[in-house]
Amino acid sequence: MTLFGFRMPKMASLLVWVIIWEIIGRFELVMLFPPFTEVLAALGDVVTSRSFGEAMRITVQSYLGGLGLAIAIGIPLGFLMGLVPAADKMLNMWVNTFLSAPLSALVPVFMILFGLGTPTVIVTVFMFAVWIIVLDTRAGVLSISPSLMEMSRSFGASRAERFKMVLLAALPEILAGIRLGMIRGVKGVVIGQLLVSIIGVGALFQLYQQNFLMAHFWALVLILFTIALTLAELVAKLEKRVEYYAGVRS
Amino acid sequence: MSLALAKKYEEPTPVTKPSNPIIEVRGVSKVYGNDVVALDNINIAFETGHLTSLLGPSGCGKTTLLKIVAGLLQPTAGEVLVKGKPVTGPGPERAFVFQDFALMPWASVMDNAAFGLKMQGVPRSEREDKARHYIAEVGLAGFEKKYPHELSGGMRQRVGLARALAVNADVLLMDEPFSAVDEQTRRKFQEDLFRLREVEKKTFLFVTHSIEEAVYVSDRIIMLSPRPGRISEIIDPAIPKGINPDDLRRNDVYLDTVEQIWQGIRKYVE
Amino acid sequence: MSYSPTAQPAFAGPRRDAPTIWSRIGEVTLFWKILSVVIFAALWEYAGRTGFNFSFPTFSATVSAFFEMVADGSMGAAYLRTLEPLVIGLAFSLIVGISAGVAMGLRRDVEWFTLPVFIVMQAAPMAALIPLITFVYGIGLASKVLAVVMLSLPVIAINSYKAVRNVPPSLVSMCHSFMGNRRQQIFQIVIPAASPMMFAGLRLGVAEGFSGVVLAELLITPTGIGDLITYHRSVANFAHMYATIASIVLFAIIAVSTLQWIEAKLFRPEKRSSK
Repeated sequence: MTLFGFRMPKMASLLVWVIIWEIIGRFELVMLFPPFTEVLAALGDVVTSRSFGEAMRITVQSYLGGLGLAIAIGIPLGFLMGLVPAADKMLNMWVNTFLSAPLSALVPVFMILFGLGTPTVIVTVFMFAVWIIVLDTRAGVLSISPSLMEMSRSFGASRAERFKMVLLAALPEILAGIRLGMIRGVKGVVIGQLLVSIIGVGALFQLYQQNFLMAHFWALVLILFTIALTLAELVAKLEKRVEYYAGVRS
Repeated sequence: MSLALAKKYEEPTPVTKPSNPIIEVRGVSKVYGNDVVALDNINIAFETGHLTSLLGPSGCGKTTLLKIVAGLLQPTAGEVLVKGKPVTGPGPERAFVFQDFALMPWASVMDNAAFGLKMQGVPRSEREDKARHYIAEVGLAGFEKKYPHELSGGMRQRVGLARALAVNADVLLMDEPFSAVDEQTRRKFQEDLFRLREVEKKTFLFVTHSIEEAVYVSDRIIMLSPRPGRISEIIDPAIPKGINPDDLRRNDVYLDTVEQIWQGIRKYVE
Repeated sequence: MSYSPTAQPAFAGPRRDAPTIWSRIGEVTLFWKILSVVIFAALWEYAGRTGFNFSFPTFSATVSAFFEMVADGSMGAAYLRTLEPLVIGLAFSLIVGISAGVAMGLRRDVEWFTLPVFIVMQAAPMAALIPLITFVYGIGLASKVLAVVMLSLPVIAINSYKAVRNVPPSLVSMCHSFMGNRRQQIFQIVIPAASPMMFAGLRLGVAEGFSGVVLAELLITPTGIGDLITYHRSVANFAHMYATIASIVLFAIIAVSTLQWIEAKLFRPEKRSSK
């Protein structure tokens, strides 16, 4: 948008929202929002506390664990579904089911099966992230142009060579899947820890909630949001670069 | 843009001036952004009841000119007069036929054809009667209740044509109407266009990139050259009237005109 | 003005023998679906029987627990409790989300001001706010409705926005060329053209809403389905707990699939081609 002839940067309105937030907080219009400046002040408190470092370590650990697992299992599964029609027919239904199911309902099951600790959170992250990776990988494999495959065969490419081609041709979709999986994974790690509630940021949230530390709560939320958005932005950048190399595909 | 400057580019080739122009384009320029000159000082008039083609290589601004005449785009400089009145936006005396048909996929052939009348506030029964008439006119009688996805590309463009005819505009502005239609359908379409011109007595402005099509259907061809878009040549194909389509494609005048235009255009293509 | 390579087939025949082909494929997929459900159930039953985990019931025990809860009415009552915040929340998200999305799609200034908020809400783990809402609005209906709204609103709004943005420009300019005014442009072109994608957003919003209500019931106070899950876990009635979880997952899937089916019924012809 342009205002008085100036082009306004895209996300700049968030600053306006922060000001509105501050006003709401100052005048105690909505109880949910303490003044933004208070939240900022609490931010320092939260970040410097020892439990925060520990919580972040556990959070990052379980996030990366779950995501790694989702990628390691999701991509091969996507390839299987893209290349073997019978597997596709069998699994497609489940993948789509889990993609739109309220996965948080499954967390109590994980809690019993895997205990009240990091493994449960890892499994939650995995469940949140894996299905979109599977689906996008499958879509990528299926969208490879048949003429490209015929070309490779007609020029006598070896099996390994052909597989490499499939992998590279499907790469944009796979990366899109991983990006979406990463965003979902962040939600997974937060939901998992909230429900387990005795480890990581879940425990911190619990602590702040029980002690009525609203500003601290918001500060932690702000940190998580920032991490999630930065992560999404970074992967989107990386994805654009890959798409550049992959070229335009119809 | 002074008038003296405008005079310099006017009428590059000696052809007869329209005696009864319905559209006059006066010193029209269009600049996109800061430096992309799509049209540079275009002066041209279009004769009532004629079919005039705008022909040129891609990027010559022919569609831009047509959309300015339609009132869909504003010129950077200059003005367009339709029946002596300056154009400020779309008007009832002009109807547009779109390259991609621009049919509403959720509406039947009938509703699509009657859309222009609906916008004018014509009551339902009346607009449906009119639309039905023109649907039949373009050869789609019996398809009124079909939806666009059930029609072939050629049939869809016929709906677009019926919609334009139904508002009873004096001028039909056609933006590469047959470019998304396959070759056989296209020929049939061109022949239908002849017949329509005889029956409906309308003025047609026709944007195309096909030389053969332009020579075949036009009373006059305006050739545009790209970067910046200017009128490079005006040609009146002197093809004998009433010639049948099969003979035409072997007619010497036709073939010579096509060759002449190709020689003019090829330097932009290579 | 450039050459467009969208070659149309000479006759995209309106009446191919489509119905028979489709119904045949339908039968085949149905066969595969049933097969894969059977395999899934068999695996579950086998895993339960091996007793690898004390809490893991067999498939048959879970099914019988489900029918037991349906019969004693606890399942039905729980669903009624759970559906209340879900329906209220979704209705709110639907109205606000679609209006906001359409406004953002039509107006640059609204887009600049509002879109970033929805983008943040969609990408960020909004669930983290659920404990906070409880903290402020208590453990009643309002908190649960808010949880549903928080999760379902962004996706509905952003999809509506994208839908409006994706309306073919040639349709809008067609309306303009036939002298349609702004109102006619919005109500006769933009909204109908955007509705398939908006509906898809609604479907995603419903899926998110289910997530929201379940989370709210697990995190805030155990009521409805969340209560059934928590209760049966606490008394180690694991088959009942699994049955409840499976039923809510299944219920969400059925709701979403129904919407998908309606979507296909309503918008299918348009999806095939707009040109």
